[in-house]
Amino acid sequence: MTRPRLATVWLDGCSGCHMSFLDMDERLLEITERADLVHSPLVDQKEYPEGVDVCLVEGAVSTEDDLRRIRQVRARTRILVSFGDCAVTANVPGLRNPIGPEPLLQRAYVENATLNREPPSQVVPGLLPRSLPVHKYVEVDVFLPGCPPSADLIYQALDDLLEGREPRTGDARFGR
Amino acid sequence: MTPRRHVSREIVIDPVTRIEGHSKITIHLDEQGEVADARFHVTQFRGFERICQGRPVHELPSIMARICGICPVSHLVASSKACDEILAVSPPPVGADLRRVMNLAQLVQSNALSFFHLSSPDLLFGFDGDPASRNIVGLARENPRLARDGIGVRRFGQQIIEWLGGKRIHPAWVVPGGVDAPLTAEVRDRILATVPEALAATERALDWYKSSLARWEEEAARFGDFPSAFMALVDVDGTVDTYDGLLRVVGADGRLLADRIDPRPYWEYLGEAVEPWSYLKSVYWRQHGYPDGVYRVGSLARLNVADRLGTSRADAELEKFRRRLGRLPSSSFHYHYARLIDILYGIERIEELLLGPEILAPRVRSRAGVNRNEGVGVAEAPRGTLIHHYRVDDDGIVQWVNLVIATGHNNLAMNRSVLQVARHYVKGDQLEEPMLNRVEAVIRCYDPCLSCSTHAVGEMPLRIELLAPDGRLLAALQR
Repeated sequence: MTRPRLATVWLDGCSGCHMSFLDMDERLLEITERADLVHSPLVDQKEYPEGVDVCLVEGAVSTEDDLRRIRQVRARTRILVSFGDCAVTANVPGLRNPIGPEPLLQRAYVENATLNREPPSQVVPGLLPRSLPVHKYVEVDVFLPGCPPSADLIYQALDDLLEGREPRTGDARFGR
Repeated sequence: MTPRRHVSREIVIDPVTRIEGHSKITIHLDEQGEVADARFHVTQFRGFERICQGRPVHELPSIMARICGICPVSHLVASSKACDEILAVSPPPVGADLRRVMNLAQLVQSNALSFFHLSSPDLLFGFDGDPASRNIVGLARENPRLARDGIGVRRFGQQIIEWLGGKRIHPAWVVPGGVDAPLTAEVRDRILATVPEALAATERALDWYKSSLARWEEEAARFGDFPSAFMALVDVDGTVDTYDGLLRVVGADGRLLADRIDPRPYWEYLGEAVEPWSYLKSVYWRQHGYPDGVYRVGSLARLNVADRLGTSRADAELEKFRRRLGRLPSSSFHYHYARLIDILYGIERIEELLLGPEILAPRVRSRAGVNRNEGVGVAEAPRGTLIHHYRVDDDGIVQWVNLVIATGHNNLAMNRSVLQVARHYVKGDQLEEPMLNRVEAVIRCYDPCLSCSTHAVGEMPLRIELLAPDGRLLAALQR
């Protein structure tokens, strides 16, 4: 049997869920012995590959880039996990939804700038009108809430998923 | 000095490539096929400076922590300090010391992540090494001791944060006026028991790093090796102070541009420039203008700016560092070395603070309502000086926020470093993987926190483009 292929993706979040993933400490090495980490901010393989078994997706979908990426991830992944509160509910990135992107850009790049006071418009991807949870765009198989989900919870869920069991996410709590 | 301003008008970035990746680098060639310019683009944005408007000021520390999951405590601390000013209170001395402990724990764990998990694979396997092995998993297979030491040192910091604040990431324990609960003897002793192993692991890594440094002479001379100013916080004696210091800026020639000045009126010294091609603003030393007002912050800046670190092992290592590299090492490659000494300092200082006779005192929080309409909080984050600035109305409802983040201070230097590496390693219209990795690695020296820096997140799937003078795409390489 070939080893399961594991990936992690970081959309519009603070990377805290990825840090909690690292907080598995030595258990991280155990997980990466049991599965190949084929794509992640932690490894150099940066094109999202085909045939991923489990992918943890951190963050909300906030930019054109995020949207393109989550669609690609969905198409190439068997089990997609909404990883943490931003992916599950849009959480902190979603705080901008009642305001809209324009006032945010005005504040940062016009009001709070000294020089060249204009929002960046070249190269950078445009902001979507609203920052939305992952399941608003693609089908999600497992929800793992928490801000961030604890290392124990991540380990337990991965342990189950890599063994082909239904993941135990019972102790997951929003905001915790 | 750089041709950036002249060349930028000629660069045409194809809109198709605009949607590739969260951060990218473009390299521009002149008529002779030489590298004329290179740029580092950061491509996401969340807008914390606006989304907090209208919320009660007491919510800010917890919301601001969510700027960054790598260094949430830095934001908790800077935010709570800005709130202290709005409350017009000083935390009780023990409350301040406990904040220091958590801030230092953050410094240790974040520096460990940068050095061990992210950068040491390059140093172990070489910049030309197999990309499939150049990561923490490959590190664990090749040098298990180093990998486990890295995991251990990072855990040392994260555990302290958890034991003090209840969780490793986004604890709510640092609050306006101080901290939420006093320290117990049990937790103090538990932390103290982990100190010796953390020190030993850090010293093993330092020995390993120092013995391999000679291998990287070429890189050290190209990875952002240029004179620039450096900025960090120091106390009244010139000793580094990551929690409550005064601002010191050393010029490229070693002379002081500013010494022990109040960092709170930062707008008098610092300007924030926008470039149309990046969500990351560039902060500059106002007196020198833009972009000449380039300066660096973070671990290397702290070592260059401070007279001493104030703890015995770290000061002994600082002495060796200076003997080897001079009083003001100018290559950003040496951030790695500085980061390890920074970790050593953090561990020693945590121990020192926890051994203080009053550290278990029950009074750790000063309580008050809104007594001022404006506050600025400044502290050293792992990556450098962090500034939070708030205005509130009389009811404590936030009206306006400005954040100056460590990676923004380094933005000009990062762009200059990318250009330097590209000029040295890019030949004609050829692109090769080791060159790509070196361009990526010079950015890694600064340990940029893109999550923080645009108050947004940026994974770093680098795409490098080589453009002809007419803007034509000659080659592109992506990982």
